[in-house]
Amino acid sequence: MIASAAARDDDVLIGRPSDGALSDQLLSTTWRPFTRGWKLALAICGALTMMLFSLVTLTVVRGIGMWGNNIPVAWGFGIINFVWWIGIGHAGTFISAILLVLEQNWRTSINRFTEGMTLFAVMQAGLFPLLHLGRPWFAYWLFPYPSVMGTWPQVRSALPWDAAAVTTYFLVSLMLWYLGLIPDLAALRDRAPSRARRIVYGIFALGWRGSVQQWRHHKVAYLLLAGLATPLVVSVHSIVSLDFASTGLPGWHSTIFPPFFVAGAIFSGFALVMTLIIPARKVFKLENVITARHFDAMAKMMLVMSWIAAYSYIAEFFLAWYSGDRYEVYQQLVNRPFGWYAWAFWTMLFCNCIATQLFWSRRMRRNLKVLFVVSLLINLGMWLERFEIIVVSLSRDFLPSSWHIFAPTWVDIGLLTGTLGFFGLLFLGFLRLVPFVPVAEMKALRAELAPRESRP
Amino acid sequence: MAEFDSGPALLGGLRALRASGVSQLDAFTPYEVAGLQDALGARRSRLTWIALAAGLAGGGGAYVLQWWINVVDYPLNIGGRPYHSAPAFIPITFEMAILFASAAALISALVLGGLPQLWHPVFEIEGFERATIDRFWLAVGVGDAALDRARDTTALEAAGALRVLWLGGES
Repeated sequence: MIASAAARDDDVLIGRPSDGALSDQLLSTTWRPFTRGWKLALAICGALTMMLFSLVTLTVVRGIGMWGNNIPVAWGFGIINFVWWIGIGHAGTFISAILLVLEQNWRTSINRFTEGMTLFAVMQAGLFPLLHLGRPWFAYWLFPYPSVMGTWPQVRSALPWDAAAVTTYFLVSLMLWYLGLIPDLAALRDRAPSRARRIVYGIFALGWRGSVQQWRHHKVAYLLLAGLATPLVVSVHSIVSLDFASTGLPGWHSTIFPPFFVAGAIFSGFALVMTLIIPARKVFKLENVITARHFDAMAKMMLVMSWIAAYSYIAEFFLAWYSGDRYEVYQQLVNRPFGWYAWAFWTMLFCNCIATQLFWSRRMRRNLKVLFVVSLLINLGMWLERFEIIVVSLSRDFLPSSWHIFAPTWVDIGLLTGTLGFFGLLFLGFLRLVPFVPVAEMKALRAELAPRESRP
Repeated sequence: MAEFDSGPALLGGLRALRASGVSQLDAFTPYEVAGLQDALGARRSRLTWIALAAGLAGGGGAYVLQWWINVVDYPLNIGGRPYHSAPAFIPITFEMAILFASAAALISALVLGGLPQLWHPVFEIEGFERATIDRFWLAVGVGDAALDRARDTTALEAAGALRVLWLGGES
């Protein structure tokens, strides 16, 4: 039976290991010895994190004059990185919530992985608007509290919406992640090799014992959180896009922005899942639970999202022409494809719309090298898309006398690199501290698949 | 308490006890066993109603707060736009509804399931640590009037129980 199951490469789980074997395989990622490559990665990410904290300190002490932003390009790398990171988080919620609601069983083995990615990406994202405030120690002014100054936030502006959306998004993602983790923490409490680990995991498992009552409420709450996260993920990036769309700037003032941003976000998130999961699967030897079927499904999602992005680009061009507004026409039809930043535009188009066309082929969707390279290209392309929207639009606003070419400073580049390192550090820690493939869900999936196969 | 090595075996044992009239039953499983909740006659969780109430309260509260800030306590005239701008209040209202409903769902899932409770008598059973890995336990309340230890032990073993333990209580 195992042989026949392995022969089908469309399986979400290769082989039919016993509950005990599956538990040991998936839980042991937390106690296997560290490898040398692991320590090296940790050292690099740790060093980049230190650099990030130094540069954050520099920015806070000397002010955001250390960045390349200046009028008219008042939103430089800070906002690009914010939108890019928060977009990456969205695929995590998409996989864990929307695909759960749609009962797609290929989500099971990758959902915790992507939820972790969401959490850490949102943490990086939150850093940038905070620093961009210029005086981050006043960030709490964004929240309504009875202040002695007698003032309140201006809730008719898009910025408090952003604060509410991003904070909610982070908290709900954290709750969804933790709720799903509880049964597995209990399994670690009962299986981990040392007493210290058992105590720590035991505390976080809150005394879970898998009784019928507990499973009953757990299941309902998990579905409910997923159901709530579904409109949330759509709303968060829509709200982010309203920061742009509610202004009058050519290239921003567009009703296509909310769906365009949401699709782009999910697109870039799938690309980063791919970038991270290919090495993790190899290092932890999880070929039997993360299979060709998963890569195939994710590649198809990327293809779909790539077409939505392409459609949005076309719609932007068309609407610019159709509006007849000379500033819009100049921005979309002259400045972006042929202006000073034309290289960014064409690179973006290649990464986001052309490279992904490989995924029409089934062979390419299952070729890990191709997937890895294309996913890196998409990450780059989506970053450039935000660059395009923010820098290119701002650098050519209504008044030609104030036109200005933006160039990032070393602090800008250092902060971006630093967040990559900090994200990596958090993610490496996550992979070691908790089972990143949901154990209980995988066992339930195996039990669900088994009777179906024994039928004639 | 009876230990089984698979979900279907647990269900078999459960049905055998049910047939002899035992009603105080509970089960501890490493993952959700299909059909177990129906077999135990669990009703729909109340959790959805709690979350709905919390979501409405969160959203309503957020709307009222925004209205109060903008209209009553700190009205700012910005280009003559109305103080009470309902469309502009919607994003925060929506986000707070989601946040409160989610938090309520998480907290009530824990509280209704009796958590956090780091210690429970079942943890003292030797081998119970496999209940989160690959063993399925069926529990019968010792106070159940229809309980007959000798008969039920045989029934459970016939259904495939690996072992049957009687804990606490006399008779």
